[in-house]
Amino acid sequence: MEREKILSVQDLAISFRTQQGILKAVRGVSFDLYKGETLAIVGESGSGKSVTSRAIIGILAGNSIHAGGSIYYYNSGVKSVKQAKMADGDMSQSKNEDVIDLMQIDEEHFHRLRGTKISMIFQDPMSSLNPIMKVGKQISEALYLKLGLSKEAAKARSLKLMEEVGIPDPEKRYYQYPFQFSGGMRQRIVIAIALANDAEILICDEPTTALDVTIQAQILELINRIKEERNLSVIFITHDLGVVANMSDRVAVIYAGKIVEYGTVDEIFYTPKHPYTWALLSAMPDIDSKEKLFAIPGTPPDMHFPPVGDAFAPRNKYALQIDFEEEPPFFKLSDTHYAATWLLHEFAPKVEMPSSLSERINRNLKRFNREAK
Amino acid sequence: MENKKLLEVKHLKQHFKSGRGKNKMVVKAVDDVSFDIYDGEVFGLVGESGCGKTTTGRSIIKLYDATDGEVYFDGKRIGGGPQIFFDRIAELKEEARMAALEFDPAKLAQEKIKNEANASLAKIDSSDKTKIAEVKKAKAEKLAALKAEVKSNPEKFAKNTEELAKVKAKYNEEIAEQKKQIHLLKTDNALKGDTLRTMKNIQMIFQDPISSLNPRMTVREIIAEGLIIDGEKSKKLIDEKVFNILKIVGLLPEHAFRYPHEFSGGQRQRIGIARALIVEPQLLIADEPISALDVSIQAQVINLLKNLQEELGLTILFIAHDLSVVKYFSDRIAVMYYGHIVELAGSDQLFAHPLHPYTKSLLSAIPLPDPHYEKTRQRFAYDPRSHGYGPGEMPEFVEIEAGHFVLASPKEVEQYKKDILLKDNIVKS
Repeated sequence: MEREKILSVQDLAISFRTQQGILKAVRGVSFDLYKGETLAIVGESGSGKSVTSRAIIGILAGNSIHAGGSIYYYNSGVKSVKQAKMADGDMSQSKNEDVIDLMQIDEEHFHRLRGTKISMIFQDPMSSLNPIMKVGKQISEALYLKLGLSKEAAKARSLKLMEEVGIPDPEKRYYQYPFQFSGGMRQRIVIAIALANDAEILICDEPTTALDVTIQAQILELINRIKEERNLSVIFITHDLGVVANMSDRVAVIYAGKIVEYGTVDEIFYTPKHPYTWALLSAMPDIDSKEKLFAIPGTPPDMHFPPVGDAFAPRNKYALQIDFEEEPPFFKLSDTHYAATWLLHEFAPKVEMPSSLSERINRNLKRFNREAK
Repeated sequence: MENKKLLEVKHLKQHFKSGRGKNKMVVKAVDDVSFDIYDGEVFGLVGESGCGKTTTGRSIIKLYDATDGEVYFDGKRIGGGPQIFFDRIAELKEEARMAALEFDPAKLAQEKIKNEANASLAKIDSSDKTKIAEVKKAKAEKLAALKAEVKSNPEKFAKNTEELAKVKAKYNEEIAEQKKQIHLLKTDNALKGDTLRTMKNIQMIFQDPISSLNPRMTVREIIAEGLIIDGEKSKKLIDEKVFNILKIVGLLPEHAFRYPHEFSGGQRQRIGIARALIVEPQLLIADEPISALDVSIQAQVINLLKNLQEELGLTILFIAHDLSVVKYFSDRIAVMYYGHIVELAGSDQLFAHPLHPYTKSLLSAIPLPDPHYEKTRQRFAYDPRSHGYGPGEMPEFVEIEAGHFVLASPKEVEQYKKDILLKDNIVKS
């Protein structure tokens, strides 16, 4: 592939120490992120999507255990970090000098990456802003702390940022508190803070879940525009497939701490192969739906005791005997499309996606073809 | 529609007051909303957060005391607000005062002086303190002069007591009539007798299944509470009913003896639904019942509600902000914007011919799981100023085609009618 790899997560496993025992939140997740693309990670709550993103930006909770795997960050350009890596004696990637493993570096070095290279937008804009600090100060804080700008320069730049994220009358808004902003405006401030130091990777952890449809559309447009302008690489975490279709270039579907299917956005939406992806796609009605919804029975597994074999098997009506015994490997469908389900094995019985879903996909494709003409 | 009207909401207003003095604020959460819900249908209410859709639901089930308007259930008035009568009483009192002035020359003269002073005060810039003081001083002097004159010449300013009494009696009668109306409304509003029995037929399920269940009560206690309040004493019958309803909503009888925290989000919402259904209501108000749930669980709850609606013949007021869910679920949809219903139509009709710009903007914002569509989607923003309503051009709620209502000025009505014709022609050709 020609594209420049910027981040590579390999076999990442993260657990948490809890009162009930060890909770295996992420159990071997691998993916690559390329420059200028948007990768969506889709899954329900508790599937490990947020934990993965928090590991990338290094803000895991104190009770977390790094159970294995690495997150390689390419071309960090941070000298001291590189030296730190050498000191750690991590030889696996020693061919490329400018590669660091984010799981290995210490907090002092991570501090230089966070915000300047990797940045994050959180779900709830109210709780991610400081309620007793003026909005302007919260934006410029990052600028004078990290870049060492003077207060005046930091303010000038903050105002420019506020304008960029579409806040009208920034001069006045600069001196206001978060409670004086509406939900959508608050999220714009959060985005401005995330972008303050020209990060190249932006992690969006359900940035629009707390917002209304119309505001959601505005925020998504803003993120898309800024991504284009700055050539950002975006990791977009959500459970809303409509949002995924809008935002992403590639999609990874995650269930019970493992990626079950990944591919380009067209592949995932028009030729999904994993039963969990089918279920997710057909679980929500669209505006043409009339038939009964295809609901997934049961609830996600308790990750203190992750199931043997395919974690989705107990809720999957297409499950084979082998699903309960052995974990499926990734089957290659195209250069970009992989799915981890035994249904794709050559000996497996032929199973098609639920008819309601295939009808919907056909309907969508037909509409697209008609409009293309 | 041939079905009978189950719920009628007429000019419902719900205003919230806060603050005192100059900080006093009135939030018009629901402002003149009218709609009917027919027996057996699902009526969707959509709008962004803060538009008053939840407040409407809560006013209907009387979690709030409505400010104004009336709510009828099955032809019986179950609630409403007295504001309109209070306003009328204030109006009548003012009229009575004005009428009385005619027969009381002293007061008439006083009134004239006051009015003059107020008129000149209105002209003065409020920052000009000296001028204001001047006017006030002049007013006080004139009033004192008048008082002296009245004292020196009592005959000239004598009241016509006979006429005054007539006027008073006339207006008092009308005010008493208004007070009687208020009293009637209050009796209907009180949770007693007929109203109480009728209210049993309306139940509600809430958005957040965690905070809407009492953590100290077992599932059996939570579900049985409605029955016990209803006067059911037989433990055996209660248990039977609770176990039965648990099965209906897809839980197991043994779940009855657990506490809410032992359940997942989807199961908790099922408990909430069971609690609402135990008293066999006719109308269910579902206030965003799925927004707090996970994707895979949402479909379970939607399917459950749909099954229940078909099997039990429930009528549902479905409040949500997710248009594709509302479309899937509802027969008719009302779109709310800042306390008003801006458009009301059958769900297919609404999606085929959205007329009000706000509805269009909402529709254009729905994200669909279809990348091709998403990449080409055009979003419209809604700006209330775009209507450009001039003075005397107040928008009204008009029926554009059968069963399709929209809030529009006469000029817009013409335009909307043309739009529909145009669209129909395109579809035909």
